[in-house]
Amino acid sequence: MPVSLKNEAAIAGIGQTAYTKHSGVSELALTCEAVSNCIDDAGIDPAEIDGLVTYTLDSSDEVEVARSVGLGDLTMYAKINYGGGAAVGLIQQAAMAVATGAAKNVVVYRGMNGRSGQRMGRGVSGDIISSDLIHWSWYMAYGMLTPVSWVTLIANKYMHEYGATSEDLAVVAMTQRQHALNNPAAAGYGKPMTLDDYMNSRLISEPLRLFDCCQETDGACALLITSTERARELKQKPAVIRAVTQASTQGQEQMTSFYRDDLLSLPEMELAARRVYEMSGLGPDDIDAACLYDAFTPEVIMQLESFGFCGRGEAKDFIKDGNLTLGGRLPNNTHGGLLSEAYIHGVNNIAEGVRLIRGQSCNQPQGVEHVLISSGVGVPTGAMILGSS
Amino acid sequence: MTPEETKAFEEKIHAFVGRENGPPKRGNDDVNEAMIRHWAEVMGDELGTYTDAEYAAGTGKGGLIAPPAMLQAWSMEGYPMAENPAQDIQRQLHNVFDAHGFTGVLGTNTSTEFFRDLKPGDQVTAHCIIDTISEQKATGRGIGYFIETLTTYTDQNGEEVGKQVFRVLKFIPADSNDAADSSTEDDSPSVPTRITSPRGHDNSWWWKACDEGKILIQRCTSCQTLRHPPRPMCGECQSIEWDSIESTLDGEVYSFTTLHYPKIPGYQYPNTVGVIQLSEGTRLVANIVDIDYETIKIGMKVKGSVEQVDEKTMLPVFRPE
Ligand SMILES: [Zn+2]
Repeated sequence: MPVSLKNEAAIAGIGQTAYTKHSGVSELALTCEAVSNCIDDAGIDPAEIDGLVTYTLDSSDEVEVARSVGLGDLTMYAKINYGGGAAVGLIQQAAMAVATGAAKNVVVYRGMNGRSGQRMGRGVSGDIISSDLIHWSWYMAYGMLTPVSWVTLIANKYMHEYGATSEDLAVVAMTQRQHALNNPAAAGYGKPMTLDDYMNSRLISEPLRLFDCCQETDGACALLITSTERARELKQKPAVIRAVTQASTQGQEQMTSFYRDDLLSLPEMELAARRVYEMSGLGPDDIDAACLYDAFTPEVIMQLESFGFCGRGEAKDFIKDGNLTLGGRLPNNTHGGLLSEAYIHGVNNIAEGVRLIRGQSCNQPQGVEHVLISSGVGVPTGAMILGSS
Repeated sequence: MTPEETKAFEEKIHAFVGRENGPPKRGNDDVNEAMIRHWAEVMGDELGTYTDAEYAAGTGKGGLIAPPAMLQAWSMEGYPMAENPAQDIQRQLHNVFDAHGFTGVLGTNTSTEFFRDLKPGDQVTAHCIIDTISEQKATGRGIGYFIETLTTYTDQNGEEVGKQVFRVLKFIPADSNDAADSSTEDDSPSVPTRITSPRGHDNSWWWKACDEGKILIQRCTSCQTLRHPPRPMCGECQSIEWDSIESTLDGEVYSFTTLHYPKIPGYQYPNTVGVIQLSEGTRLVANIVDIDYETIKIGMKVKGSVEQVDEKTMLPVFRPE
């Protein structure tokens, strides 16, 4: 009899380091600090942690983390592929482990010197970040070396077809910067962004500008997943996992799904949407806030359509009405997101989703029952709905 | 080097990280209108806010400003530097590299942040530190290390006005014979070329044809379906038998972008790249040239040809019909 993951597990702890441009310490040191903070936040004995999950791109091995932060015996460890597309996939692994007894208390983590070390925005030229060289061979010689270059080939098609403009992208960037103004941990804290600032930021991959791109950050973030029952005994209000899934669809490539019949939507995100709505029994109308993956502004716009908050081509109008702001229909990335808080590959967006359920966000909207969170866009991805207990 | 020697060497070079390159360097001249005007003329960047005081006063700038790109110019040494190179900390660091065989040097990239406009009368002082040294890297040039220096520019009040990161690769030249063959002048570095496409079992046949001036499209010999990028098995019928047809390179623009940053050595910027819908039905990512970003339209007809784009690279290139 198959087990549904609905309500089986909950996120019971969150921990992070400072988010900086130059940590001065190793990625392992950052990770250990975040994992330790996460365990303290939950109020659990580190010896009870028996599972660890991270990214294939992460440099901190599970056993090193376990030794440093004083974990117990491990019975489950896994790494998830596809960069930021892994984000909620980590939670899915952890929830499956908890639901099946493979592990009882699982910490998921991501630690990176994303600014002072290997920078995503510098491209794959000097430092190859993927072993999948044959895949990248179709792009490197032409100068297509950075995530933003690959994303723009899909975003620009969408923008031309539906008439979305730089001003529309600016709404996403400015809304999230507005949120970051209240978040002392954020790169955008105390740095307001006007439309002029946005329009004067330099072109990176036309039509995308610097302020359409996420931060590059040194830092780490960790989350504890345990059974919903156990979570109720711990220190914090549990963020219950109503539904979680990974999603990859036909014609899927890693960042370069340029060969599908239709480039105007995100089929893998639509699959993720169908799955989480079906598993949770909820729909778009039940979602009170979101942390939609936001490495680049057009990704937020396209996802609003994938998750059914508006129809195809309507997202630019949906956001114009202030719907992503605190008073709007769908407050999004209330911490500033990857664009204005930090780029911890999406794990920091999940942490904000947990704070929203707990009522601990620096920009807490009233009455948040359900939060939708997504993984990286343009890669095999996933989505999750958190609910209050 | 043995692992022990490498360790000792890395300890030596890492001891330089964080050190000031030298005392802060105050510019020989304060920000002034004459140097701004010369710069603007030479660079062909004669914005009113740089050269026309009356006009500039009426703009949001409230008066003349220096072109941001001049930031580094205000505190540069000038011509004497060419005859007597500064014996600064960076030079000492390079000497350590040279002594261990890392004699090659390549400026790979630089990035600058500007915090405020400089105006005539401002005094600029540069503070330079050795910021980071990478792990050992295997690069196209040879084994080496990337060194980043960070220069912070301050004004007369000690406030930061900008920052510049400069990154160089110090490397053991991979093959000194090759280097000699490819450059006609004694010491002139060879012109950087594009990144070579990695080739393996499933794609080298395609690139080999490209080297010979042909763009091929893989075709399943069982169900005749065309596919690109190439893959070993047909996704339609699971046959592993295939041949290929040659593309006419007639197509239209399906999507596109123009790349401005980061500027990778070997590429010209702005650099326009498109997803090209070929008349055969498959799509191909390639550069589009001889047209501006503003003029390109999705659906526009383009024609491709295979061209030598640098000393060692053949690529398909598309132009508007
Ligand atoms: Zn076939």
